[in-house]
Amino acid sequence: MNHIFFTVFRRLRKPLITLIVVYAVSILGLVLIPGVDDQGRPWQMSFFHAFYFVSFMGSTIGFGEVPYAFTDAQRMWTLVCIYATVVAWLYGIGKVLGLFQDQAFIRLLRRFSFVRRVERMHEPFYLVCGYGITGRLVVSQLIRRGIAVVVVDIERDRIDELESDPLPLSVPGLCADASDPEVLRDAGLQSRHCLGVLALTNHDSANLAIAIATKLLGRENTLPVICRSEAETTTNNLASFGTDRIIDPFVTYANYLGMAIHSPYKHLIYDWLTNPEHRSRKSAYQKTQGRWVICGYGRLGRALEKSFEGKPVSLTMVDDNPKPAGLELDFVQGLGTEAVTLKEARIEGAVGLVAGTGNDANNLSIIMTALELNPKLMTVARQNSNSNASVFHAAQTDLVMEPARIIANHILALIKTPLLPEFVEQLTAQEERWCRKLLNQMNALVGQNELDSWDFDIDTEDAPAVLEDLLQGQSISLRDISRDPRERGRLLTVMPLMLKRDNEYLLLPEPQTPLMPGDRVLFCGDSRAYRQMGWTLANGNVLDHVLGKPLQGGWIARQIRQWRAERNQAAGSDSGVDPS
Amino acid sequence: MNREKVIFAFFIVLALTLNFGFFIGEIDNPDHHNVFEFFAALVVSLIATVMKFGDRTHIGAVLLATSLVADLQLVVAAFTWGYAEHVSGVGMTPSVMSSVVSLSAGALLANLTSVILLMVETILLRR
Repeated sequence: MNHIFFTVFRRLRKPLITLIVVYAVSILGLVLIPGVDDQGRPWQMSFFHAFYFVSFMGSTIGFGEVPYAFTDAQRMWTLVCIYATVVAWLYGIGKVLGLFQDQAFIRLLRRFSFVRRVERMHEPFYLVCGYGITGRLVVSQLIRRGIAVVVVDIERDRIDELESDPLPLSVPGLCADASDPEVLRDAGLQSRHCLGVLALTNHDSANLAIAIATKLLGRENTLPVICRSEAETTTNNLASFGTDRIIDPFVTYANYLGMAIHSPYKHLIYDWLTNPEHRSRKSAYQKTQGRWVICGYGRLGRALEKSFEGKPVSLTMVDDNPKPAGLELDFVQGLGTEAVTLKEARIEGAVGLVAGTGNDANNLSIIMTALELNPKLMTVARQNSNSNASVFHAAQTDLVMEPARIIANHILALIKTPLLPEFVEQLTAQEERWCRKLLNQMNALVGQNELDSWDFDIDTEDAPAVLEDLLQGQSISLRDISRDPRERGRLLTVMPLMLKRDNEYLLLPEPQTPLMPGDRVLFCGDSRAYRQMGWTLANGNVLDHVLGKPLQGGWIARQIRQWRAERNQAAGSDSGVDPS
Repeated sequence: MNREKVIFAFFIVLALTLNFGFFIGEIDNPDHHNVFEFFAALVVSLIATVMKFGDRTHIGAVLLATSLVADLQLVVAAFTWGYAEHVSGVGMTPSVMSSVVSLSAGALLANLTSVILLMVETILLRR
């Protein structure tokens, strides 16, 4: 507020002084010039009358010559005053209007209202820096789950988009450079409600600055940061000061694609757990060994090359740029949209094709051309823009990958379920057959509905009721907490995925496994079941019901019961000492 | 030498001197207190206030506050004067004059504070 107040007054200094001087001179002139009253006697105007006259003259109201008709000398002076005051007013009003059209002032006003909105947030929120394609998806998913978000982006257009996007909650957005710590502070970095910072801008240097500022200025210096990084040097730099999660979009995407091709069931498990709309089980490929043609050898191509290393596949790269020096792979120069280039890449003998250029139209064209040459080809298309979804769907490619969505889902999984990435890590050691079994179990559990995943610790924060019972020596198993609190005999549509105890992982634990204090458990299942399980974990009475114990009731009921017991005891002892 | 500083100090000191000129004299004798001097003191005080707008330092804020006090005192004095002369019809009696002058004496104190602050700021700047 102070900024705006001072800016307004500093800008209005000149017009205000002009107005005061013009008024003062006009009044003084009227007082000094001799006049006559209605009887024709000489009369001097007092300051009171002069101020009254100038006030209505200056505002062009014009009540006439009061209290007595003016002499010619007074009229001549009034003429001067009329023009002087009108000009002074026009000058002042013009300045005010100019101020409100001034871009710098409008920015200041916006900044001010943004700070006020962030200060008024009384619920936990994430600070998202960068509202690009990924940022947008992350924000919409967070909002969908009822988590509040504050957005900072350097481009005005993106903030305008944020305001026009159909989000169920309104999101405060600021157009400013997030690498400026002052901006982060205004965006609520030091608020006690800030849950973490997501640095998702396109510039590694900006992300780096955001991560450092968060670690140094954030609450208790432990605020979690999830940071996007495209270069290895930045990644190492970020890791050196304890950035919680670093995401290289190309590596993440390449690993996702690599997993889809080499271990389709593992990939589907990952996809089901992270993506709200999961694909059918049939989309897993069987025959993936052989030669793959990859169109677009950019950063993605290089990351793919790495993730395909050591797998029983050979690669042929197709790229518009000349072959880079030192590349040992099979390389064909060309876009890949023409049959000539694809023939040169021996598409007829290939097993699969990845259309991974940054241009959606080109990717579609590559796939159409390649399928004409080799109808049995397995095709993977990279979809860059969200709005092209229908075209890609119609093209009937085997797999459409949206890098932004994959990364957004990955980030969301990190935020929502920190144990999930650890589960996925453990998954890589498993065989495909095991994964297929797990996938069938998941399918039996939720079918076509969204598969949600959640984790909790057996501690005072996540599961106070369970912890209390465990500490009292009660034995509680995974099956006990999976019961439906509304009908004890029925189990919720959930499945334990992993149990972490003393840094040991137990994959797919048996339902009878007893819980211990300090355990971390990962569940998957219906998202409604998640809420019901949360009830069991936190509420002692619900837990007692689920375990089949008699209910203790709330605090009042317990007090009454205790009071009754004491009274009965007192009555009993009274009768005991009665001599009669 | 900074021209803006000269003008700034000029108006602050002028507000004080004009106010003092009006204030000096027997408190209830209208002959000792000139209405034109009072008018000049009021106008200069208003100008000095506007000149203090927009200074975000702490000392700037206090300067603005003292000026606002002086304005308030002088405006109330002017209102009293006008009311006595034109509305109530009692004219400029010694009692009205003394209340106008005492109000202006309050403004004088506020202006004096302003000038002292200005001097303090100047001395601190030199070091």
